[in-house]
Amino acid sequence: MSDVKKFMFVNRKAPYGTIYALESLEVVLITAAFDQDVSLVFMDDGVYQLKKGQQTKGIEIKNFSPTYRALEDYDVEKLYVEQESLTSRGLTEDDLLVGVTVLSRAEMGALMDQQDVVLSF
Amino acid sequence: MLHIINKSPSNNSALENCLSIAASGEILLIEDAVYAATKGNAFEAKLRDAMGHLKVYVLQPDLDARGMGDRLVEGVTAVDYGGFVDLTISNNTCQSWL
Amino acid sequence: MKFGIVINEGPYQHQASDSAYLFAKAAIAKGHEVWRVFFYHDGVNNASKLTEPPQDDRHIVNRWAKLAEENKIDLVVCVAAALRRGIKEENLAQGFRISGLGQLVESGIKCDRLITFGD
Repeated sequence: MSDVKKFMFVNRKAPYGTIYALESLEVVLITAAFDQDVSLVFMDDGVYQLKKGQQTKGIEIKNFSPTYRALEDYDVEKLYVEQESLTSRGLTEDDLLVGVTVLSRAEMGALMDQQDVVLSF
Repeated sequence: MLHIINKSPSNNSALENCLSIAASGEILLIEDAVYAATKGNAFEAKLRDAMGHLKVYVLQPDLDARGMGDRLVEGVTAVDYGGFVDLTISNNTCQSWL
Repeated sequence: MKFGIVINEGPYQHQASDSAYLFAKAAIAKGHEVWRVFFYHDGVNNASKLTEPPQDDRHIVNRWAKLAEENKIDLVVCVAAALRRGIKEENLAQGFRISGLGQLVESGIKCDRLITFGD
């Protein structure tokens, strides 16, 4: 029996204003350690989590954005960003601190339908 | 897939974003999202559009708690918690749009 | 059917824990199993034994403990999220246990359905 499931983590919240983005990342790292098929999705305000150049000294909260770059060391390589979420926030792929696959809304919907477990933070 | 929404569409975009992504499947409105399925709400037209390709459910106890039990948009199906459980079973996966 | 439940918000502040509880009760009433409830983010506050709601209000913490005892539900509080928020063994309500995030992943793997309640 295969115990590998398709886990998708949907990130729709901006970083720092609330802790969801950071604690979501902690779950992702653990899930990868269980050798599951992990996908990360960034849409709506969640795309702000990947913005380059985060400087958090002035708010005295730890800058956790470098962790996204370390994800590939945990074999988490499926990072998806929804196109419209970028565009409507004045962002392009070049603004992101890690390589991602950009999907249309329809493609994103189709990808969600293929998952076994969807966790949204 | 079952999409679970719990925010009012008046001050949160979760439902609108969900509708823009989900091409098919079912949507369950719980907690403050039940306002989206009430007559005269500014979101009613968008919800009716979505009902062309998505089946929409609302959690009756949340609707009743908010005094909106008598204004459910036609075509939206009301369920109790048992019906909520059934929806999570009849769909292979579910996603809470938090 | 085997259910896992995730609760991401604290009691009273948000309806999440109430919705999850009523969902769990309905699932059990239909003959399903609620295998584990995992408390994450501010959801860890559902496990504080210092909780004292007014007499005429529901006791969210005790209610979970009772449902769990009667139906053998594993109530797990995330250790990392709990320590951040001052939930420790010394103020952990009866019926709950503190463990790692792996328990959440395990719920996703072992349960037929994983349902999240949050903000």
